[in-house]
This record gives sequence, C-alpha cells and structure tokens, in this order.
Amino acid sequence: MAGDAQVKRRAFLRDTAALAGAVAIGAHAQGGLAPSQDITPLIAKIAGGRKVEPGGIDIDIPQVAENGNSVPAHIKVESPMTPDDYVGAIHVFAPRNPRPHVATFHLGPQSGRAEISTRIRLAGTQKVTVLAALSGERFRMADFEVLVTSAACLDESSI
Amino acid sequence: MLLGRVQVPRSVRKGEIVEVRVLVQHPMETGFRRDMNGQAIPLNILDKVTARYGGREVFSAELGSGMSANPYIAFYVRAEASGDIEVEWSDDHGEKGRATATLSVG
Repeated sequence: MAGDAQVKRRAFLRDTAALAGAVAIGAHAQGGLAPSQDITPLIAKIAGGRKVEPGGIDIDIPQVAENGNSVPAHIKVESPMTPDDYVGAIHVFAPRNPRPHVATFHLGPQSGRAEISTRIRLAGTQKVTVLAALSGERFRMADFEVLVTSAACLDESSI
Repeated sequence: MLLGRVQVPRSVRKGEIVEVRVLVQHPMETGFRRDMNGQAIPLNILDKVTARYGGREVFSAELGSGMSANPYIAFYVRAEASGDIEVEWSDDHGEKGRATATLSVG
C-alpha cells in the first residue's frame, strides 16, 4: 500500500535525523579543540547586573595569528580620561582558552590614555572579548574574531 | 628574584602622556603541560604587576595563564614631575621582582 510506504519513509527519516544529531553532538564534545566557554557569568560578576553597552573599544589584534602562544594585542578604549570620566579597568577574555580570563588592567585618570599593549595566548580561533569598566559604574564591551593557525596550550608532546 | 625591565622615553615635557613598557622574565606555566617523563608541570603564573609614579599607584594588572610567557605590558601615564616609575611584580609562588625607570620632565 502507498500509505504504508509513506509511514515507513517518515519513520526512517526521523530515525536517521536523530542518529545524525547524536553523532554531531558526540563529535562536538570530543573535538580536538575545546569549545567556547560561556563567559557571561564572568562578565555579570564584574558588571554586577548593570547595563553593558557595546562598542567604544578598539581591539587591534592581527586577524590571522600564526602562533597562538604569543599574539600581540593592542586595546584602546574611547575615553577623555579626566577625573570625572575615565576608564577604571580593562578586562580581557578569551572564551576558548582553558581559563577564559586572560588579564585585568587597572587604570585611572592619571593614565592619560585608556590604552594597553600586551601579548596573549590563544588556544584556537576565537572571539577575544574586552570589557571596559568606566567611571560611574558604566561598562562597555567589544569582541574581535582572531583566526589562530597554531594554537597555544594544546600540544603537550612538543616540549 | 624575577628579572625584568621598565622603559620610558628619555625626556618628556610636563603634561605629556608617556608610554611605560614592562617586560618580565617568567615562564607563565599554565599547569596543562607535561614534561618528557609525562609528569605535569605545575602551574606557575606571574599574577600581579603594580606601578607607582612618585610614590602613588598609577597602574596595576592581574594576569592569568592566558598571558604569553615573559609577559610584556605597555601602559600610559601623564608626566607631572620628574621622578621614578617603580614597577613591582610577583608570581603565585611568592617570587617577587622589581625595576625602576626615571622619568625626567623638562
């Protein structure tokens, strides 16, 4: 009967789709690279529930980093840096690193410029996220996607 | 004693914004690596850097394992008067180090 064939086909499609889904989840969990961790709790802890606005941060990192062990990063937050309006702290996160919190830099009006240059480790291609804490309990956030061809922290044999 | 250095421009004008560059010798072991015998290399991170200018704290940083080995940090400070920029750092084993650069404001 045509109706019977239709039911079998439907069941077959449903079962194969479920199987494909299970395989995809398994592959994702066992992948060589660690998946991106959710850094929202880290950000919420710093911001303490206050509003985080996007933008106003210039993240200068090479789009393609050949060696994840040392990636030059230059971070600039737009701010007049006066005693009334300044950047108090710059937090850097790499969500795919084993420990996503990379560093926190504390500045103040005496800094003159809300700018930092440093070198960071990146365990794979990921969105480097920067949270800036401004005076008056304001927060700004921005991210930047970096393609890493040779990741840091992963190859344990090459020591 | 953890070695490192601090660099500032040779001479600056009053009110000028000066770049201070800090470089510290440190392996920044993540704790995830293993040595040739398969033994885990313990975590060892330079986690604190503090800079004072004229005795007042002008910059500090808390670092994690995501910082590259031999951490390099460049930050800015407004030159007000001639004086020393003293930078101190310490790691999670309690090892410390410091270096000073003199800012001459002309």
